[in-house]
Amino acid sequence: MTAVPALPEDATAAHEESGGWTGWVRRRALRSFPPDQLLPDKQPIYVASWIYVFGVATIAAFIVALVTGSVLALRGPAWWHGSGLGHYVNSTHLWSVELFMAFMVIHLWGKFFMAAWRGKRAMTWITGAVSFIASIGTAFTGYLTQQNLASQWVSTQAKDGLNSVGIGSYFNVLDFGQMLMWHIVLLPLAVGILVVVHVLLVRRHGVVPPFPPVVPPTEDAVEA
Amino acid sequence: MRWRRDGHRLVNENRTAATRPAAEPWSGPKRPYDLVKEFVVALVVVSILTVVLAALFSSPDEKQLTLAQWAKAAPNDFVATAATELDGTSGSASYGAPYTHDKSAAQKIGPLAPQNWLGVTTPIDSVQDFVVRPLQGAAVSTDLQAALKQWAGANADQQQKWASVYDTALAAAPDTDPAQIAAGDYGPVPVMMTQLLALAQSGGLDGALLAQGRFYQTDYTKPLLFLADGTYLEDLARAQHLGGDQWGMMNETGNYPGQAWLWLYTFWYQVKPFSTSGNADALVWSLMALLTLVFVLVPFIPGVRSIPKLIPIHRLIWRDYYRDVEGGAR
Repeated sequence: MTAVPALPEDATAAHEESGGWTGWVRRRALRSFPPDQLLPDKQPIYVASWIYVFGVATIAAFIVALVTGSVLALRGPAWWHGSGLGHYVNSTHLWSVELFMAFMVIHLWGKFFMAAWRGKRAMTWITGAVSFIASIGTAFTGYLTQQNLASQWVSTQAKDGLNSVGIGSYFNVLDFGQMLMWHIVLLPLAVGILVVVHVLLVRRHGVVPPFPPVVPPTEDAVEA
Repeated sequence: MRWRRDGHRLVNENRTAATRPAAEPWSGPKRPYDLVKEFVVALVVVSILTVVLAALFSSPDEKQLTLAQWAKAAPNDFVATAATELDGTSGSASYGAPYTHDKSAAQKIGPLAPQNWLGVTTPIDSVQDFVVRPLQGAAVSTDLQAALKQWAGANADQQQKWASVYDTALAAAPDTDPAQIAAGDYGPVPVMMTQLLALAQSGGLDGALLAQGRFYQTDYTKPLLFLADGTYLEDLARAQHLGGDQWGMMNETGNYPGQAWLWLYTFWYQVKPFSTSGNADALVWSLMALLTLVFVLVPFIPGVRSIPKLIPIHRLIWRDYYRDVEGGAR
């Protein structure tokens, strides 16, 4: 048995203090997201409305869309045209996306009317807004890669809009291979990353408080 | 907890916290909120909803259209389209970037033509790509070999003249039927058209347009462009209410919700000046880009960011909270 040479005490202390890059990331993560703040079991008293459900419902629908899309991916993009089971899985993918977009739109309008960007929460709004746009792109490329009449028509029509502003030069909606990769890799990855950042920002800054009350509190009023 | 004793005073904590700036951590009372439970319940409910909706309503799958089906179902439209590919008047042949080098064809936003900025990245030569090259690959008959030889031996002006005269005569023929075209000097064009129709009806053109010198292929640009140059695909799409003036961009084949979230984008195409403009796509896209920017930057735009304060839907959302806070003040 070989003895492990002991580190000098000061070297050990220095290592514990710095911990290298790993230590820096750990300290930074704990400072930004203390466990109680990252996963709290209490929320401010005003977080009591059905509208709050639609944020988490959107994430749930996104996960269901990813799972149903992954099942479709198991047998490839043409499977669902010739298989009853495949067609049903495609239907679950369609409806999970419809629910995802519906929940996200309700969540979006709710947050708009709460002015949820108040109190240094602008980036939370921006990441949500950009993930909505990325989701539209993801759904759109899904329509392009269905391999049916809708795909043929949507792609040949959409090319004109994209070409008219120069995007079509490098984002060719008539190239099935390119669109499939965007649909199943790049755009879901972008939406996933944006959603994670969005949720972390919500945890970091907390749920936006209500606008101040119409009847301003006075010192007299708080004295019973 | 609504009231807290502070020395000799009872303090309504909701109201005290309510006056703090939104950026400060909430100092008022809290309530139990199980995020993990909420997420799991949401996941289960959404999964059940998805499974039930899929079982009840299925999903649309209108079969794809092949060039062979088009050539069989609407041979006159197919030949008329091929004739425009040959004389350079089809949509693809006269498109501009990113398919052809005609800069004047680009849509414009005022003086700007962003369509031209990135140049021709998917070059299309409608004569060679859609007619001559596919025929060369299938030139087993002596008639076709002779026609292609005559075509290749003529100069560009002669080729254009044959193609244009044929295209014009075909447009004037009853039902644009190639068999009823008036007599004229069309050179090898009638034979080429007849053979291209036969090639398409046999299914050979589907493969010929997809083949681009490689074994594996996933790029359907050429067959889709050719298909879209005809009117048959549009007829099928309009029957499914997918036309541009039928709010088609947000519709789906059959009776399904489709991409309802594209309602605003689709809306602009229904109204003037966009509905009658030759630059509609460029104008609508630039307008939507601007609106998207406004949407993303709402927190920084005076006026827009104040709308939620002016339309008090937030009082409905937080009605319990306001009832407690403002009730405590009275």
